[in-house]
Formats: sequence, C-alpha cells, structure tokens
Amino acid sequence: MSASSSSIAGSGQRSIHAWLLLLPALVLLVAFTHWPAVATLIDSFYSTPKGARPAVWVGVENYQSMVDDPVFWQAVRNNLWFAAATIPASIGLALLMAVWVNERIAGRTFVRMAYFTPTVLPMIAVANIWLFFYTPQYGLLEQVTGALGLPSHNWLGSPSTALGAITLVAVWKEAGFFMIFYLAALQTLNPSLKEAAAIEGASRWYFFRRVQWPLLMPTTVFVLVNAVINAFRLVDHVFILTRGGPDNATTLLLYHLYEVGFKFWDTAYAAAITVVLVVVLSSVALFQFFVLDKKVHYQ
Amino acid sequence: MQRNIFLKTLAASAVAMLGLGAGLAHAADPLEVPFYYPVAVGGPITKVIDGYANDFNKAHPQYKITPIYAGTYQETIVKALTANKSGKAPATSVLLSTDMFTLIDEDAIAPIDDFAKTDADKAWLKGFYPAFMANSQTGGKTWGLPFQRSTVVMYYNKEAFKEAGLDPNKAPATWKELSDAAKKLTKKDANGNVTQYGIQIPSTGFAYWMLQTLTTPNDVLLANEAGTKVNFDNPKVIEALDYWVNLTKEGVHPKGVIEWGTTPKDFMEKKAAIIVTTTGNLTNIKANAKFDFGVGQIAGNVRKGGSPTGGGNFYIFKKAAKEQQQAAFEFAKWVTQPERAAQWSMDSGYVAVSPAAYDTPILKKYGQDFPPALVARDQLPVSVAEFSTHDNQRVTKVLNDAVQAALNGTKTSAQAMKDAQKEADRILRSYQ
Repeated sequence: MSASSSSIAGSGQRSIHAWLLLLPALVLLVAFTHWPAVATLIDSFYSTPKGARPAVWVGVENYQSMVDDPVFWQAVRNNLWFAAATIPASIGLALLMAVWVNERIAGRTFVRMAYFTPTVLPMIAVANIWLFFYTPQYGLLEQVTGALGLPSHNWLGSPSTALGAITLVAVWKEAGFFMIFYLAALQTLNPSLKEAAAIEGASRWYFFRRVQWPLLMPTTVFVLVNAVINAFRLVDHVFILTRGGPDNATTLLLYHLYEVGFKFWDTAYAAAITVVLVVVLSSVALFQFFVLDKKVHYQ
Repeated sequence: MQRNIFLKTLAASAVAMLGLGAGLAHAADPLEVPFYYPVAVGGPITKVIDGYANDFNKAHPQYKITPIYAGTYQETIVKALTANKSGKAPATSVLLSTDMFTLIDEDAIAPIDDFAKTDADKAWLKGFYPAFMANSQTGGKTWGLPFQRSTVVMYYNKEAFKEAGLDPNKAPATWKELSDAAKKLTKKDANGNVTQYGIQIPSTGFAYWMLQTLTTPNDVLLANEAGTKVNFDNPKVIEALDYWVNLTKEGVHPKGVIEWGTTPKDFMEKKAAIIVTTTGNLTNIKANAKFDFGVGQIAGNVRKGGSPTGGGNFYIFKKAAKEQQQAAFEFAKWVTQPERAAQWSMDSGYVAVSPAAYDTPILKKYGQDFPPALVARDQLPVSVAEFSTHDNQRVTKVLNDAVQAALNGTKTSAQAMKDAQKEADRILRSYQ
C-alpha cells in the first residue's frame, strides 16, 4: 500500500518535472505557431476591422471574394508554373553538382564552396545584384547579348520573360542548398558498393542509376518537401526584382498575400488566403511524408 | 581600476533611477514625441531631419521629438498603421498625401484645424500653396500638413538637343513637339539597336502618377474630390495612355515596364535624352550629371502643361496623448516656417511648400543661380491633386496594372482602362 502510493506520487512528480522541462518549448510553439494558426482561421470568417467599425461575422464571404479575385487566380497560376519549373530544375542541378564534387576532382573544396555561396548570401542583396544583371541597356546580360549584336531586351519589364527571370534566380539559389543534402548522403554510402561495381565492370552511369540513385531516395523526398515549400514561400526576390509586375505577371501567392494584408490592410481577406495556403501546403507535405516516404525506405 | 569605474557608474545610475522613481527629477523630463519619416529621394536626408529635430528640441526644452527613419513611404505607412493598431501610435508621421483617405477610414489621424487656434496659426495654415492643400483637405477639414512635396517635371539633356538640331534653351512645350523631339533624339548603332532613347517615362511604383502627367494636360481628372469615384474609361484618359503607348511603338521610348529607380541613372548615362520624373530628383541629378541639362514644365496638349502634385504630408495620430499631439503640431509648424522650408527645398530638391519660402533671400538667390529649381513651383498654378481615393493602395494598384498591361501590349489602352474602371467601381462601391 505504502509502496504503491509512493510510486504513484513519484510518477506524478516525474510527469510534472517532464512538463516543466517541456514548458519553454511548448509556450513558444503555442505562442508563435498554434495560436496564430487558430486565430487566422477565426479571423478569416470575420470582416476586416476598420477605424471605428469593428469586425463582424461574415461567414465564407472572404473565401467567395477569393474565388472572384482575378489576381488571386493569376498568382495561383504563376505559382504553379514557378513550382513546376524550379522544383525539378533545382533538384536535378543539385544532384548533378553533388555527384560531381563527391568525386576526387582538383579544387574540390573550392567548387563546393562556390556552389554553396548562393545559399549563405543575404537574399535581398543578391536580388539587387541580379536586378543589375537584368537591367536593360547596361545590365550584364545586355552587355553579353549586345556584344553579340542582339537587340536589347527588357527582361523584367516584359510579361513574357519576367517570371522566367525570377525562376532562374530561384533555381540558382536553391540548387546549392540542396546539393549539401545530396553530398552528405553520398558521403554516407558504403565505399564497398563502388568497389564491387568496379569489379563487376559496371559503367559509371549504370552505377548511378542502379545503386546511388535508389539509395538517395530518402534524401530526395526530404529535398522535395523543402523544394515545394520554398516554391510557395518565395517573396523576397519578387520584392526587389519586379514587385509582382508587370501587370501581375510575377505575382506569387505569398506576395499577393503581403499586398492584401499590408498594402490594402484587408486583414480578413489576407487571413482567408493564408488558411488556403496553409491547408494546401500541409496536405502536400503530409502526402509526401506518408505516401512517398513509405515507398522509398527499404532494407 | 576600470572595474571600479564600472561599479561607480552602476551605482550612480541606480541612485539616479531611484531618484526618478521617487519623482525627484520627474518634473524636468521632456515629453517624448515619436516621429516616423520615410526617405524617397537621394541625399543625406536622415541627417537633415535629425538636425531639425535637435534644433527644435533645443528651442523647446519641454519636448523631445524623436525622429525614427522607417524606410520607403510604403514601409513607413505599414509601420505607422501597425503601431496604431497595437495602440502605440507615433505622435506624428510623414506619409504620402494620397494616403489621407486611408488614414481617415482607419480612424488613425486627427484633423489639424483643432490645433490651429490662434490667428497667427490660422494665417500660417492658409499660407501653403493651394495645389498642395488639395490633397490635404477633405470634407471641410485639414488632415495633412504639406512637407516634402513635389511635382513631375521633364529633365532634358541640352547637349543631346544641340546634337539633334533642337533649341537647347527651350523644352518641348506640347505633345506634338515632345514626340517630334523624341524622334530626333533617338540614336541607333550600326546594327539598328537603339543606343539613346528620345524619351523615357518610368512605369513601376508610380505608373498612375506618370499617367496623370499625361491626363492633366489632356484636361481630365482621374478621380472625384471625395475619392469615391474614378474616371478611368473616359476617352480623354484613354487618349493620354495611347500617347504613351505610341511612343514605345514608334521606338523612341524603351519597351516594357521601366524601373522608377533607374530612370535618373539612365538619364545621367545618356541612355535617355528626356526623362519625366519627380522634381525630388533634382538635387541628385544636379550633383551627378556630367553634362548641361535643362528642366522643363510638363508638355501641354488640350490645356497648358500641368502636373499632379506628389510627396508627403505631416499627419497627427489620434491615439497619441493630447500633449504629444500638441508637440507634433508645434514641430510641424516650426519645420514649415519659410526659412526652414527654403533650406529643406535646397537640401532635397523638393518644392518649398509656401510662397513665403520663395520670398526668403536664400531661396531667391538659389533660384537666380539655378533657375531649374523654380520650374516645379512655376507649374503649381496649373497643377492638380495627386490621384487618391478611398482604399487608395488597392485602387492605385488596379490603375498601375492597367497602365503596365497597355505598355506591354497585352491589352489595348481602351480595354485596359475599361477593365480597370470596372474593378475600381467594385472596390469603391462601399464608399459611394
């Protein structure tokens, strides 16, 4: 009797102890992740409070205006196009670079560092440099095309090329970052695999296709999740390079969200867009983790 | 030794704090007055503003104006409104004159008339140029005090004019003269690629403002005075936009959307012989252009020239304490006195806000030595208010997008303006 009661008291004390240890992290999570998410969901069903007019319940009105908002749909289309272009390009490039710098090549450290540079540079500063590359008439790109006798082109000022120009900057930035993960994964592969393949006389391409690539699959899933999230949360380049223009040609979802929330001060509508964005992104992430992840892990 | 000093300082400040707590030194404390301001043109603007605040504080020991640099106009209004929503509004802020309706709708600002009680104050309030007050008053009340105000002017390269056989002492005065000059000023290399465009009008950020620079000479206003109705699909507006679009079609104006920020640079690098932009760039171009340049009034069409005004006003925030509001009012009044307004105009390139400022000896002399400094003032009598409506940022974006669509040829001018009209009507419905 006394023994069991003291053990209950002990476990109670232990669990209090455990909760106390968890408390700091819990407070931060609730304050900065869970509560804002719930508050956003609630706000999306109210109107935007303005001056002396408080917020009132409007039901799904904010979601209806989203359906009618042509700029929102253009942002969706732009973003899907942007994702479809950046994700495969940056992952493919990352893999290529990783396989290359994994070999014993001259100046390997230097090349690795060069590839990784875009990731460590502050993005606003980098976007300003790219802005100069694209500037019509005296930008770097114009210097090259001009030397070849080609006519001048306004890369960021034409709707046909503006999104492509932003995509290029994003791929350049992402590839170096993803390369690090691939490189780390390649280094953990057992060297005896390579020796065995060499003894069997497998070609380099065959070795990559049948041995390295399948073993890199878990890394690919991880990188893919990140690439998808990054494709939908890009905003800093858009700010510097085009501010969503010309005529919304480069407006991505998060940029549209910023404009609605902090330029138009329509916070309720911005909350509704946020909810949609969070729901879509988390379902994509869940699909990737629970469906794709199962397929790539094998013993 | 050093440690000793550290401890002594610590002890001293602890004593000082206790003293404050006991209310000993309390009476002598000056009143903190936070003041947010943006920087939108080149030059050491932050230093100048800090200097004004210091001088004011010295003359008024009961107040302590604290200037807080808050970025661009856009960033400053985001910060000011966020602070206002959280209940800690700045006492005063310089924001775009076009944000007046937005600030009223947010119930963020207090009318200035309530502070101007004495006859001297009332006379001072009447002393500003009427063109600048058009964007500062609505519904019979004054909401903003003109401070860093501007108009659009035309900068032209006199050397390029001479080369092209044009009179370097006379800016093109009509649309016809302007497009003829632009044709003559456009230079091509052996491959047929343009090396110098005749004219350049920027179309990012302030596209609506540049459109207004064309609609004003065409004798049409883009919005009503109450900011509840727009006039985008008016044939005269479409004609004005078409004039701009045709310049690009004729190849005398660069294609696509043109950056606001790089336009002065294009002028200084001789990539464009004429540029149309704010007079706020004057001091910058004066300091950096390596050739002789002229400044002209906006070319006319149906009526003589005329440009929209632009730039920023002082606003006083409603949620600030009464004493802080009063201090903000005193500071704005102090800073817009003729001598100071004159100095500010020379330091920045902005238009001085009152005729009295142009009567001061220093600005008179400056105008004699450098006549381009007076062009913006001289076109004030034919100027109109900068485009501004309720839900201003949203309606402005609709207009900017329409201008960009027309310039890029994805829509005709007529189609672009009709679409914009429909969208703006929808946004403004709740204010009519």
